[in-house]
Amino acid sequence: MSMQLIQVDIVIPTQTKYLELIGNIGEQLVKKLDGYNGDKDALAYHLNLVLTEATANAIKHAPDQSQGIDTVRISICIDDHQLNIKVFDHGQGFDLEAVPLPDFDQPKENGMGLFLIKKLMDSVCYTKMAQHNVLEISKTL
Amino acid sequence: MNITVENRDAISVLSIGEERIDAHNSQQLKEFLLQQLEQGNKQLIVQLEKVRFIDSSGLGALLAGLKNAALKSGSLKLANMQPQVLSMFELTRLNRVFEIYANADEALAAVQ
Repeated sequence: MSMQLIQVDIVIPTQTKYLELIGNIGEQLVKKLDGYNGDKDALAYHLNLVLTEATANAIKHAPDQSQGIDTVRISICIDDHQLNIKVFDHGQGFDLEAVPLPDFDQPKENGMGLFLIKKLMDSVCYTKMAQHNVLEISKTL
Repeated sequence: MNITVENRDAISVLSIGEERIDAHNSQQLKEFLLQQLEQGNKQLIVQLEKVRFIDSSGLGALLAGLKNAALKSGSLKLANMQPQVLSMFELTRLNRVFEIYANADEALAAVQ
């Protein structure tokens, strides 16, 4: 049987109540991977976490809601061997390279989200563009 | 957020009744812990038995509780953690910062 590629595009308002939905979609997608030989439960959890962190980050950096509710677009592309995620936001953006590593000896309440994404995935990059910014995350499965 | 509190002598055992702690409800958890400490409940045990998912903001809320408890000469211990949740503490090395117990009885014994 040939390998099946699954792509899901989701657009949500910039509200944290949708994080669970996004995370759960990621978990369910992993469960449909018939040809993945690794630990499916761990991958499902990690994808839930990465989608949750990346989407929460986009919501946090979204434009002021006094100008109306904005949206975040999340694109997930997965097959048995590769996972690609793109999260599009319309905020001011941030410098991914300038985000420091957490201080493990004196941990702070914030700043662990991007660390977790980098730790669990193979590559992360953030690109600022005219119309939107995009956080691209990928992992070889 | 669904949290129940059982007071055993001077120790408050909190049970989080949510399957998921993320940026949508972590602020409520942080405020609840702070409220307990301000009410004079300085020895806290947080049971995470029902929690199957926690993100960085949830870890941050518990860390805020731990720091505030320490400021008030109290403590915050964690118990009944599911393996996937424990793995988040290990990834962020917060397992070195928190006291984590298999169950509330072990955590209680450590406080007393």
